[in-house]
Amino acid sequence: MNEALPAIGFQRQERVAFGFWVYLMTDLISFAALFAAFSVLRGSTFGGPDGADLFNLPFVFAETMLLLVSSFTCGLAVLAAEQNKQPRALIWLAVTFLLGGGFLALELNEFSRLVAEGNGPQRSAFLSAFFALVGTHGLHIAVGLLWMAVVALVIWRRGLSSKNFSNLLRLGLFWHFLDIVWIFIFTIVYLMGVL
Amino acid sequence: MWHFIFGNLTWAALPHEWFTIGGTAAMFLMAGAVVGWLTYARRWRWLWSEWLTSTDPKKIGVMYIIMASLMLFRGALDAAMIWLQQAMSVGASHGYLSADHFQQIFTAHGDIMVFFVTMGFLAGLLNIILPLQIGARDLAFPFLNSLGFWLYVAGAVFVNLFFVFGGEFAATGWLSLPPLSELAYSPGVGMDYWIWSLQISGLGSLIAGINFIVTILKMRAPGMTLMKMPMFVWSSLCSMVLVVSVFPILAVTIGLLWLDRFFGMHFFTSTGGGNPMMYVNLIWMWGHPEVYILVIPSFGIFSEVVSTFSQKKLFGYASQVAAAIGITLLAMLVWLHHFFTMGAGADVNAFFGIMTGVIAIPTGVQIFDWISTMYKGKIIFTQSLYWFLGFVATFTFGGVAGVLMSSPAADFQFHNSLFLVAHFHTMVIGGALFGIFSGLTYWFPKVTGFKLNERLGKTAFWFWLTGFFTAFVPLYILGFMGATRRLDHYTDPAWQPFFITAGIGLVIIAIGAAVQIAQLIVSIRQRRDNLDISGDPWNGRTLEWSTKSPPPFYNFAVIPEVKSRDAFWEMKQGGRPQPVYQDIELPKNTAMGIYVSAFVFLAGFGFVWHIIWLIVLGLGGAVTCVIIRALDEETEYTVTAAELASMENNHS
Repeated sequence: MNEALPAIGFQRQERVAFGFWVYLMTDLISFAALFAAFSVLRGSTFGGPDGADLFNLPFVFAETMLLLVSSFTCGLAVLAAEQNKQPRALIWLAVTFLLGGGFLALELNEFSRLVAEGNGPQRSAFLSAFFALVGTHGLHIAVGLLWMAVVALVIWRRGLSSKNFSNLLRLGLFWHFLDIVWIFIFTIVYLMGVL
Repeated sequence: MWHFIFGNLTWAALPHEWFTIGGTAAMFLMAGAVVGWLTYARRWRWLWSEWLTSTDPKKIGVMYIIMASLMLFRGALDAAMIWLQQAMSVGASHGYLSADHFQQIFTAHGDIMVFFVTMGFLAGLLNIILPLQIGARDLAFPFLNSLGFWLYVAGAVFVNLFFVFGGEFAATGWLSLPPLSELAYSPGVGMDYWIWSLQISGLGSLIAGINFIVTILKMRAPGMTLMKMPMFVWSSLCSMVLVVSVFPILAVTIGLLWLDRFFGMHFFTSTGGGNPMMYVNLIWMWGHPEVYILVIPSFGIFSEVVSTFSQKKLFGYASQVAAAIGITLLAMLVWLHHFFTMGAGADVNAFFGIMTGVIAIPTGVQIFDWISTMYKGKIIFTQSLYWFLGFVATFTFGGVAGVLMSSPAADFQFHNSLFLVAHFHTMVIGGALFGIFSGLTYWFPKVTGFKLNERLGKTAFWFWLTGFFTAFVPLYILGFMGATRRLDHYTDPAWQPFFITAGIGLVIIAIGAAVQIAQLIVSIRQRRDNLDISGDPWNGRTLEWSTKSPPPFYNFAVIPEVKSRDAFWEMKQGGRPQPVYQDIELPKNTAMGIYVSAFVFLAGFGFVWHIIWLIVLGLGGAVTCVIIRALDEETEYTVTAAELASMENNHS
């Protein structure tokens, strides 16, 4: 931001940013516990299908690309906001929203296909762990999309105040964080499941 | 149609047994009395705007302590019922409780004492003292502080709600290990009440943990470097680091148990490939550090109390800091000692056994530091120091028992016995709770403006200490004799005298608690004789004593400049500079924390009873409230320099 911030406002934003980082670390620990559960249960297919039977790598690759590109466009939105280019920031946010929404749609499509084939989360411990881990990530994406819509709406109505800008920065952090978690899901759940 | 509106809730869920009818009646009577008094005294608006919606950490802290005291009463009733059953139920007699009811009682007892008593007292003390000690006016996130408190309250309501709806609590032990806690073996709603009371209050603890960490690391007075922080701040920081490190694991673990129960998944079931032992690992990865979360702040309290009442600088400050950090790190490396008998193998058991034994070293360092602080000090034997001295006796006693059990070979004998029960009660009562009592008596004049009666406080201490040993030494002996924990019935009449002795101990403790209540009442009545005019009744060393008692809502008119470790002590030697007032900003009150918690509570109730529309309403309402709060641009108000100056000059 170009406008000079009063010292108190700056301290407060710094506090919020730091607190948000601490929150992200706690969320990372939640994911670590889910990854641990998945790793323990990945072989417990209970006579049902395993990862190699179920996962379609090209499909998951498409999901991954959507999410990675959305992370890039989210970065562009933050850059535009930093240069005080509000319309451009909003456009990039909209693109990010569409890409994230596309990712979520693909994921729900995969889930519904699995359930329809009788391979829902009740089928085996492996599938329980799969749905819980990937589903928790998907839930975070959904929350992120809701947040993104609110941030975009507020920036559109109230402009790029320092408060809205720092809100956008935190949304960006959150979004990149989910991207990183997804890289691990892609590797540990899908790649190691199929290969 | 019924199922759509009420889920699994039916008429049969309403109270119809003696304990549910009694519990419900007691709750309605208490609520009725409170409502009646508030209406009669026309205090509703006062309660709402001065207390419930307050974002002032001092007031939130007091509310935490009141809530924790109420829950202590509830948990103590459970303890009395357990003891009565065990004193009676030998041989042909089966006591007055059914086995199932007995199991529910000890489950509730454990959860209440850990989550709602000890955690509540700690959150209260941290709220009140921490900002004052670091020279801050508030916590980093006042709204989140209010929200955390109200989530804690919602969780506490869930622990008691089964009296009214459902009639049963979990009968699975305080950590509800599967497969017993799975739907196949615990089909009732008691288990779901357990899940949601812990999930919701755990969320509150996590939020509080983040808040305190940011407050400590970002809001200290200028000049207060990390190595100039009072020990209570250090120990709080260590404890809160543990909170944010392990409460996410708790949330995930009981979340997965809930998935098993609600959606029929297979994480911890005995069918479908589930792995119950994974739950045991995960829950203790949270559970062991949790014990240290409870006790580390008490260590910090003792450091303050010992240093103040020895009128000496704390001995070995740097080693105390190192010890606190060491305990924090080691706390996360010992969880497996809770289930040496699981069969992890000799190597794994040996590692965790050694790590457990090693914890005795930093703990011992702290005890030696406190004793060295007292050495050649001008000691004033106040009640706060009494609690410390009692702690040294009990904690060393229980600590040595703990080191004994850290050896896997020995643990195979003690595992699941009353020896273990006696050990952890020694640590939690003799460690955490004595520390809390020490802190409450030490900081009481800071919060209220008058001192507690010393004589009654010391009387209460002696009842507690003798009662404690009378109650728990028999359990150590019973453990050696082979008594396992959680027995609702036993056949060997030789055990009965020990159980009865333990019961006598409980009565002595209860007398101690009664004396404490009397102490509070007498102190309030005699407050004019014990007023704390100076704000510094103990000749204190740290910043909280540099402001008035009770502190003004803004804590400090001018943020103090810190030059040394015992900042206030130095100021008293040097004389204080003339204050220069500036405008300050403070958070407005907000009811949003109450609204969010109320919606979360509704969602939890929907989850317990499978009421889908209530779940949607609760979650949607909570999210909407959070968004509304986030969009609020005016969450603060300004106190101008002129107002500040006039308030300061009027008071002094």
